[in-house]
Amino acid sequence: MSAAFVRQQLIDPKTPPLLSVGIPAWLREKLFSSIFNAVVTLLSVVVLVALIWPAVKFMLIDAVWQGTSRTDCLAETVGRPVGACWPFIAAKFGQFMYGFYPGDQVWRVNLTYAIGVALLVPLMIPRVPYKGVNALLFFGVFPFFAFFLLVGDVFSLPHVETRMWGGLLITLVISFVGVIGSLPIGIVLALGRRSSLPLVRWFCILFIEIWRGVPLITVLFFATYMLPFFLPENWAFDPLARVLLGVVLFAGAYMAEVVRGGLQAIPRGQYEAAMALGLGYWRMMTFVILPQALKLVIPSMVNSFIALFKDTTLVLVVAIFDLLGQLRAAFADPNWATPVTLLTGFAFAGLIYFAISFAISRYALYVERRLSTDLVR
Amino acid sequence: MTIMTDSVSGTSGPARDIRTTNNAVAIDMVGVNKWFGAFHVLRDIDLRVMRGERIVICGPSGSGKSTLLRCINRLESWQRGRVTVDGVELTEDLKLIDAVRSEVGMVFQQFNLFPHLTVLENCTLAPIWVRGMPRKEAEAVAHHYLERVRIPEQAAKYPAQLSGGQQQRVAIARALCMQPKIMLFDEPTSALDPEMVKEVLDTMVGLAMDGMTMLVVSHEMGFARQVATRVVFMDVGQIVEVSEPEPFFSNPQHERTKAFLSQILR
Repeated sequence: MSAAFVRQQLIDPKTPPLLSVGIPAWLREKLFSSIFNAVVTLLSVVVLVALIWPAVKFMLIDAVWQGTSRTDCLAETVGRPVGACWPFIAAKFGQFMYGFYPGDQVWRVNLTYAIGVALLVPLMIPRVPYKGVNALLFFGVFPFFAFFLLVGDVFSLPHVETRMWGGLLITLVISFVGVIGSLPIGIVLALGRRSSLPLVRWFCILFIEIWRGVPLITVLFFATYMLPFFLPENWAFDPLARVLLGVVLFAGAYMAEVVRGGLQAIPRGQYEAAMALGLGYWRMMTFVILPQALKLVIPSMVNSFIALFKDTTLVLVVAIFDLLGQLRAAFADPNWATPVTLLTGFAFAGLIYFAISFAISRYALYVERRLSTDLVR
Repeated sequence: MTIMTDSVSGTSGPARDIRTTNNAVAIDMVGVNKWFGAFHVLRDIDLRVMRGERIVICGPSGSGKSTLLRCINRLESWQRGRVTVDGVELTEDLKLIDAVRSEVGMVFQQFNLFPHLTVLENCTLAPIWVRGMPRKEAEAVAHHYLERVRIPEQAAKYPAQLSGGQQQRVAIARALCMQPKIMLFDEPTSALDPEMVKEVLDTMVGLAMDGMTMLVVSHEMGFARQVATRVVFMDVGQIVEVSEPEPFFSNPQHERTKAFLSQILR
């Protein structure tokens, strides 16, 4: 008996029909594929315009750009409805950026920023070589350098008490220390929580659950007002340092749970393959498990970092004036009391917070894509 | 039995001559018993493997073949009995376990390559960090073995870019890069498409020809016939029958063995 069907010639690939590619196809497929979809598209446009237009109008079109005092930002003086009062921001800019850091010493803050950026940017660009040295400088050397430069009392730099620090400087210091400090603590706690040694495991669980069970505000209050009572007299250390310690441990506990999620997602076979090669526990974790686990949790990690960045504003309750704190202090200045001062200030702070958070988020997305080796082809 | 030299590749490459090790007994399992909870998964296992032997372990699923294999590099622990590998008795001592593991290569059913590392990095990781080999040298070793499993051109790729058969051959090369004295194969072809089984088996045959001590959990009876010095048949956690391939296939003794062979040799 012969076969019912035998193909004589294999089919070669052909180009797709014209209407299924390019911009028109995209529009039709993504935005106007059905009546419902078209209505949603149009409604979205309406909502977007309704949201964006007032913001643009307030911040750009109706805004006052020049002036020296509150009178320049009053509707009566200008003779039209007034939007943002940018001269207010300009007048208080130094305070927003540096708090009460002495004016003639502000270069130290700027130098710290400059060096930080100079080290961070090449670290973030994959093509730049010497990543190892770069990372060591940024994570290992830079924090100490920044500490001595900002605090002073060395190399004939005058001492600047942390009480004087404020504004964006405080926001960035707390965020940076929080992020840099919480990750290693989180990794160690996460590994400890999965340890086969019961004492280590119990300690880590206890530590994590205590810190997660307490609100950050409580931690800050405790660190600032109660910790000194528990420590011997000569142990008393800087209030900002106490807050930093609290933030690092608090963020570390959260980070531990994020990292643990990643560790749990790694198949057993990876552990077994690493063990079978004779890699001991630490080498297995360092080279096989953690790189994969951390890559998996980049989105949640960045989520935590952004949350931490914004949570730094809570230090306001312990009389440390971050960006938002300085802003509120500036609102109290009668020289700039206008109906739009508050809105202008919050618009300014909002822009800064958004710019930084959005940048972190986008960069993380880029890293995530770049690191994904599972699906490349 | 006689131990063959590096006959297939015929090169003087970085492979260590297996004759330089002095223990005639590669693996010695004495009275090994293991329970998973109340389930008695290994029962009085006695198995002595001489250097250069190729043992194929077969048996129905759940018979404890993989568990037995995994005791040899202590991926599984046991409650009673002794396992000695290349003259070293395995204990709780982690240092000792790691030392034994670095001498015993293992190939898994699911390949278990490290997906975040390239093929070359998969192969050099352990030589660099366990053996302390300089990177250049480790890469030379890796290239040697990748060539031997016949995929030198894939060195820069990631595992996800390779076919199953290629991945398994990389897994074999990765294990060989540690220049192990013993190789364990845990159903190395069971997760492969039929078209890719042969390329992996060919690699394993080549390895056998070179005199590698091998323990292979597999149902590839053709492979067993061709290279095994002994075939071990297991059922319900115990060794039921051990014999050379020819009598094993032509004249099985135990009823259980006969039943099993009649099922898989159609």
